[in-house]
Amino acid sequence: MPKKKKKKVRRFYDYSLLFTVVFLTIFGLVMIYSSSSYMAQINYEGNAGYFMTRQASIALGGFFLMILISRMDYHWYARFSRLAILVSWGLMIAVSLFGREVNGKKRWLGVGPLSFQPTELVKITVIVAMAVLITRIGRDVDRIAGVARAVLIVVPLAGIVAANNLSSGIIIVGIGFVMMFVASKKRLPYALCVLAAAFMLIFAGPIGHALTAMKILKPYQLNRINVWLNPEAYPSTGGYQVLQGLYAIGSGGLFGKGLGESIQKLGFVPESQNDMIFSIICEELGLFGACLVIFLFVFMIYRFLLIAGNAPDLFGALLVVGVMAHIAIQVILNIAVVTNTIPNTGITLPFISYGGTSVLFLMIEMGMVLSVSNQIKLER
Amino acid sequence: MVWVISCLLMAGLVGRLVYLMIFRSEHYSQMAEDLHQRERTIKAARGQILDRNGTVIATNRTVCTISVIYNQITDREKVVETLSQALGLPEDEVRKKAEKYSAREIVATNVDKELGDQIRSYQLDGVKVDEDYKRYYPMGSLASKVLGFTGGDNQGIIGLEVVYEEWLKGTNGLILTQADAAGVEIENAFEDRVEPVSGSDLTISLDVNIQTYAQQAAYKVMEEKEAKRVSMIVMNPQNGEILAMVNVPEFDLNDPFTLNVEPEEGTAASKQDLLNQMWRNPSINDTYEPGSTFKIITAAAGLEAGAVKLDDKFSCPGFRVVEDRRIRCHKAGGHGAETFLQAVMNSCNPVFIDVGQRLGVDQYYHYFTQFGLFGKTGIDLPGEASTIMHKKENMGLVELATVSFGQSFQITPLQLITTAASIVNGGKRVTPHFGIQAASPDGTNIRKFSYPVREGIVSKETSETMRYALEQVVAQGGGKKACLPGYRIGGKTATSEKLPRSLKKYISSFLGFAPADNPQVIALVTIDEPVGIYYGGTIAAPVIADLFKNILPYLGIEAEVEETASGFGNFD
Repeated sequence: MPKKKKKKVRRFYDYSLLFTVVFLTIFGLVMIYSSSSYMAQINYEGNAGYFMTRQASIALGGFFLMILISRMDYHWYARFSRLAILVSWGLMIAVSLFGREVNGKKRWLGVGPLSFQPTELVKITVIVAMAVLITRIGRDVDRIAGVARAVLIVVPLAGIVAANNLSSGIIIVGIGFVMMFVASKKRLPYALCVLAAAFMLIFAGPIGHALTAMKILKPYQLNRINVWLNPEAYPSTGGYQVLQGLYAIGSGGLFGKGLGESIQKLGFVPESQNDMIFSIICEELGLFGACLVIFLFVFMIYRFLLIAGNAPDLFGALLVVGVMAHIAIQVILNIAVVTNTIPNTGITLPFISYGGTSVLFLMIEMGMVLSVSNQIKLER
Repeated sequence: MVWVISCLLMAGLVGRLVYLMIFRSEHYSQMAEDLHQRERTIKAARGQILDRNGTVIATNRTVCTISVIYNQITDREKVVETLSQALGLPEDEVRKKAEKYSAREIVATNVDKELGDQIRSYQLDGVKVDEDYKRYYPMGSLASKVLGFTGGDNQGIIGLEVVYEEWLKGTNGLILTQADAAGVEIENAFEDRVEPVSGSDLTISLDVNIQTYAQQAAYKVMEEKEAKRVSMIVMNPQNGEILAMVNVPEFDLNDPFTLNVEPEEGTAASKQDLLNQMWRNPSINDTYEPGSTFKIITAAAGLEAGAVKLDDKFSCPGFRVVEDRRIRCHKAGGHGAETFLQAVMNSCNPVFIDVGQRLGVDQYYHYFTQFGLFGKTGIDLPGEASTIMHKKENMGLVELATVSFGQSFQITPLQLITTAASIVNGGKRVTPHFGIQAASPDGTNIRKFSYPVREGIVSKETSETMRYALEQVVAQGGGKKACLPGYRIGGKTATSEKLPRSLKKYISSFLGFAPADNPQVIALVTIDEPVGIYYGGTIAAPVIADLFKNILPYLGIEAEVEETASGFGNFD
């Protein structure tokens, strides 16, 4: 084919992914309404749709932002990676100093009625910065120096995030880890890391006791581990949330109680529209509905891999891998927490859980992925 | 690689979900249900009590239970103030309940429906008004000591309400509702209802009309004679069904905790003692010395044993010496020579002492036992008192002599009338009772009560002789005032001295039955401490005559028209 024809090359646009995002977001809105309407009615003077409308307006705004970003060339914002790191640091320091304190944790930075969680920005920053870094150092990813540079970007940021939000710190480290793993040709060190983490999880009980005895872990953290191992022994203290979630999941059965029929959302599961929304999905839609949701996320990850594999360059591929890592980790950790497979940490379910900042930045990330997909040239 | 790991992790989570939602489903949903379920009882309606004609004498009225729910109260101060005002309760008592952290705290029960509606109309958050049943007695004080009343939980406290508790109370129902975390019941939520089963309706042998009439008569004589108490028992001697049991003064069953008389000055008795006194049924809870009415028993024993016959000759000098004791007849100069029948008519003490002595302690004791005087009558009312009698080994001739004419031992009025009924009804010891049947409200489940009857207390002949003798008492003897033209009435008077005898207080009584040849109704009146003339024959007998005059036609026992009159009528 002559080069002149190149201008007429049809570009790919991943409508399947777009549709999945839209579907999950709308499904999320339905579930937020279902799980929060009762308590919202009590707490917000009869405004049953309080959480749903807030989420919907942000999601709508995010949607247009996503479409806009998906039409841009993703190389453009690579330039801002340093700036983004600086801004992230600034915001994280600001939030540690002036952040709004909710439940003893400073996670919110707010001006007047507007407030947002800077950790979400940190996640996207790490994705872009890591993609830029790995693209730049090229083959150095397998060398100590390269790894050290990556660690220098990720770990201090994750550290400051973890100070107030351990789970987000873990997610940030996880994103960096997956991106390095994908870029690297070595397998063994990464596999060892994963094995070590798995070992920690399996023997959390004994290890926790040992660490507490050595005064490295605080008693309340050990308590969390104990609660995880046997939530029914701590029904009113630490195990309450997890146990209520399990009640919800367990009473769902195969096909659930039907949409809107959850009892556990009536104040039993705390903040049921938030971290624990998956338990309400299980209660209302049953194992069937829960599996469909998981399947949708699996499909989404499959689309990410498809785009990453066909991305025009390494940078694009790494961006997609970063976003994929973010979503995969968060979905897996959230469901694992809700089902009490791992100790309780506050992780939201992407697109579905209530959270304005989260949905806004998720939309931006999706915009990035779609813009990568848009750069894929379809051959005749 | 990443893809495979992701899929594996996701698959692992799906596996975990399958485990939780299929295999642990029952466990968790049961725990969740326990958490959500709220139980509310629905009180079962207590069974009604009906008289023998189906007239309702105890039923239920709707009342309200006022309770507070801690979590739902918004304006605690206002709730406390309003409730204490409306219910007339001390403010700190209401406050204690309103501030107690519990699912539901009951502030007041048995609140009138009107007041309950009024409280509901205030629309206070966290105040719940539940409708409920309260016992209601349409006849007020009628047969109060027999029927009894119920307490705050609708449980029987005295009388038939206690004895038939199991039949009357029914089974409470349950409402199982779902509640949210704050304990607020969820509207339109799935509700499990266990319907309450109403208590069975109890039909008793009491006849409201007879009871009412007897009560009027009792009040009348109590006022006329300024007596302390008057009791009346009207029974069917053939089967033991009690048609009326009056113990005046009665009390208001709808207000059983208010004394019916002003407490006497200077008595230190607590209110509870006074209430217990008021609730007592002297016909069965108290014993007394029966006096001359007991001569029926002595006569029957003597006739049955063959120790005496109606035409046996006796003489009464006005006293009898037994061992070292001189026991006087009520007639100072004595009755002179008389037959046994005349002695019964005269109620002559020395003759009955003779009959007692002829029988001897052993035989007398034997008949006392055979007539059932030692046991309780077995009436279906609580707290029946036992007979107080000499022990056989302590019974000398003097004791035997006094027992023969009804002194020095105590029985209940009910025991006396039941024994007399057995003697005149042909020798059947019947069980006096009220309960006839219990029927579920829809009439499907009817349980008829049966009571033991012991045959052969006395022979038919003895019974017939006794009926004849007692008819003569009324026709020509001491019971003349119980005479009723056109009716054959039998009976016996009594005037018992209350202990200690120095007080000179008396119980006048009369036991009568009709028709004398085939008794259908037997009645006993006891007048406690009449003032003025106290002879049973003078003041008690007319009460029974008056009662019989009114109730015999009502019971379908017509007066016999004199033959001459009917003869004329036919020829006319």
